[in-house]
Amino acid sequence: MANPPDNRPLLRLSEVSKDFDVSRPWLNRVLEGTPQQLLRAVDGMSFELRRGETLALVGESGCGKSTVARLIVGLYAPTKGRIEFDGIDLGLPGAAALRRRMQMIFQDPYASLNPRWRVMDIVAEPIRVLGLAKSPAEIVDRVGKLLVQVGLAREDREKYPHEFSGGQRQRISIARALSGSPEFLVCDEPTSALDVSVQAQILNLMTTLQETLGLTYLFISHNLAVVSHVADRVGVMYLGRLAELSDADELFARPKHPYTRMLLDAIPDLAMSGKARTPVAGEVPNPLDPPAGCAFHPRCPHANERCRVERPAPLPHGTSLVACHAVHEGRIRA
Amino acid sequence: MSEPLLEVKDLRVEFPTRRGTLTAVDGISFTIAPGEVLGVVGESGAGKSLTGMAIIGLLEPPGRIAGGEIRLEGRRIDTLPYDEMRRIRGRRIGAIFQDPLTSLNPLYTIGEQLVETIQTHLDTSPQQARSRALALLGEVGIPAAESRFDHYPHQFSGGMRQRVVIALALCAEPRLIVADEPTTALDVSIQAQIITLLKRLARDHGTAVLLITHDMGVIAETADRVAVMYAGRIAEIGPVREVIHAPRHPYSVGLMGSIPKIREYATAASGDASKRPRLVQIEGSMPRLTAIPSGCAFHPRCPKRFEPCDRERPELFVAGANRTACWLYGEPTR
Repeated sequence: MANPPDNRPLLRLSEVSKDFDVSRPWLNRVLEGTPQQLLRAVDGMSFELRRGETLALVGESGCGKSTVARLIVGLYAPTKGRIEFDGIDLGLPGAAALRRRMQMIFQDPYASLNPRWRVMDIVAEPIRVLGLAKSPAEIVDRVGKLLVQVGLAREDREKYPHEFSGGQRQRISIARALSGSPEFLVCDEPTSALDVSVQAQILNLMTTLQETLGLTYLFISHNLAVVSHVADRVGVMYLGRLAELSDADELFARPKHPYTRMLLDAIPDLAMSGKARTPVAGEVPNPLDPPAGCAFHPRCPHANERCRVERPAPLPHGTSLVACHAVHEGRIRA
Repeated sequence: MSEPLLEVKDLRVEFPTRRGTLTAVDGISFTIAPGEVLGVVGESGAGKSLTGMAIIGLLEPPGRIAGGEIRLEGRRIDTLPYDEMRRIRGRRIGAIFQDPLTSLNPLYTIGEQLVETIQTHLDTSPQQARSRALALLGEVGIPAAESRFDHYPHQFSGGMRQRVVIALALCAEPRLIVADEPTTALDVSIQAQIITLLKRLARDHGTAVLLITHDMGVIAETADRVAVMYAGRIAEIGPVREVIHAPRHPYSVGLMGSIPKIREYATAASGDASKRPRLVQIEGSMPRLTAIPSGCAFHPRCPKRFEPCDRERPELFVAGANRTACWLYGEPTR
């Protein structure tokens, strides 16, 4: 990376929303006279990803973090809003070619590898599809190098996925993702299906690869401790919206949004300092019927009338973006 | 210490297969006192769930108890005929499993399921059973129990369902609860609520809990003592604080180090900012049951292995407040 640092964002989401139609079948609707029902999984998300950084999105199940990942790699099309990669709108015709510069790593290494393909074919698929090698011998050579790079052996290319453990399979997924020489990886819960000691191996591998290849990561996870290890910046999502976006150091040292504080409080305390934890009351509301105003207000100890009516926008607060009336009004000390 | 409530001595669980007998649990011994929470941690395949299943007498054939004994309040229960064990299960031993949706019958209301369980084990009238069921629902923190009594499991959220399962396990005031990954399927904020609930119930009712989980955080918050399992054996057992802060067995040391913790900011800032800290890694993975190494099962991965490790299997030696199966803490026999 001898070039001067490129300050333009690699990826920019502007007011991206995604609705899913969860209505009953058309005929039932007509007969029962029920309206169409839309579930807004992602609701006006805006953020930028800088080159070479790791941005983590965290949140509980159903908060829309995986939908964001799928929107970015093009597995879903946004209902509203714009996703730009390297300054070009991915929704424009012809922009699909940009997608070869990104790859995705999925959560479940048992479901994401074709059990009937040899590792060779799994890892070589992007190379073949993108036409990155001139001869079969070159493909074999590249696959071998990739396998070594992710900590497997060259000879493993002749094996089938079932011959590997979960952690090794996730290494194969990473080799496959890297084989298209992407600069941007979307990692959707890449370690949540793994045991802790294996998770440590994979996280360390991902860090090493980022340092050697200059990769940019979007890291989706529900585990804040994992995120604190890998992320430069962290976005906290709640019910399809961004609650807080901060530098990782800032977020863990001085969480601002009440939901972020709650999440941090809920992490079991390994240090056993004996600090009393206030278990958070309540649960994530039904996304089909989100609360008015701030989506978090029914669970928030600081909610007032304004929170119940007016939806807070993510506004700058210090170096962070925080979507909370109470923080901006100074009702809670940040 | 008072008379142990549960005593497991030299328990072996085997699976006869066409290619020979696999030993999944290999000679483990422990006791639980009344009101005590014993955590069992380990990675997938360590044999922790099978240990729990053996205790409640629900091993899936062809798995079977091949040796050792299990005593509940001094009475041997591993040799009881099926019908007698059925009466103990539910009455003396309650069980909580990972997935609350599969533990509940989707075709009956939760009220019916509670009343049925209470009347199976206790001699009560339907009215008494109903009022006891309502009291239990209140105790596990289900708001408006009266109105939720006639709801079906699918009408509850994951966290609420797990509360119902806990209420079911408590129906007959069992002396022991076997909880197998009770919080794994839940979001962090709900997880914290369930942990707090389990802890309070164990304290209030003097119920002993065998808490099986892969999540060290859950153990740290809940357990009094903890057993670390590896390849079907107990690697280390001791008070929870000792095992977490001063693990003796090299496997426990690696396991604790590989758990991501929320970053320590003071130290992170002083180090080289361009290099991310790596997690402690245990090389390799847990052996398969078909290829358990000789001697200490951990020796091929152990950074501290020496002469006796691959020859002779260590028993549990006293190491400080813990007992650990490692030759560093005992003398091999000559």
